[in-house]
Amino acid sequence: MAVRVQSEPFDAGAELRAFSTAQINAGAVVTFTGIVRDQPENPLAFMEIEHYPGMTQKALADIRQTACARWALADALVIHRFGKLTVGEDIMMVATASKHRKDAFEAAEFLMDYLKSRAPFWKKEHAKKGTDWVAQRAEDEAALKRW
Amino acid sequence: MFLAMIDVLYFAWVRERIGLPREQLQSSAVTVRELVGELIAREARYAAAFADLTSLCVAVDQVLVDFDAPLKDAREVAFFPPMTGG
Repeated sequence: MAVRVQSEPFDAGAELRAFSTAQINAGAVVTFTGIVRDQPENPLAFMEIEHYPGMTQKALADIRQTACARWALADALVIHRFGKLTVGEDIMMVATASKHRKDAFEAAEFLMDYLKSRAPFWKKEHAKKGTDWVAQRAEDEAALKRW
Repeated sequence: MFLAMIDVLYFAWVRERIGLPREQLQSSAVTVRELVGELIAREARYAAAFADLTSLCVAVDQVLVDFDAPLKDAREVAFFPPMTGG
């Protein structure tokens, strides 16, 4: 399965190993893992990620499909969690495989930029000073323009 | 006047402001913007949630659209703040 949306934790190392091993014609694999980071000025108790069941899977598959059409990829994997996550936990990962590294790097960046702003997830931080929905950053929206 | 049954979904702070995740309602709206107008006219909590449409996104049948998009045959309309995945 090339796109997975799940509440359970995943093992990024094992996922990367399985993804790399499955490649026959690829000479390059690039991965990115997003993790829950703490904020020293306002310690995080946990992060809650809400999503839009039904649309999420489709949106991720569309973004992946666009990347596969645009770069010479042997394969691409997207895993994204929802639910409650604590500091240090993996939120999501992408992996791309291509014959040479340029396609894998660029496609991974493209996937990340689109996942940020076009996949229906919303993060809520439960911190010492209260709870807050994470606002979209202007640079995240601007990042889409380069593609 | 033709009334269609539409499932309306709310996510993140839109859901919190309106106080429910989804509802089914009858609407004669032709566009998303008209549907928003109908909702705002219902109660203050809707007016609060839809006060600034530039800070909201909308999906019709799970596809992102803009607020002037037609609702023709739409079954599901979802309102939510800008997405923060990744």
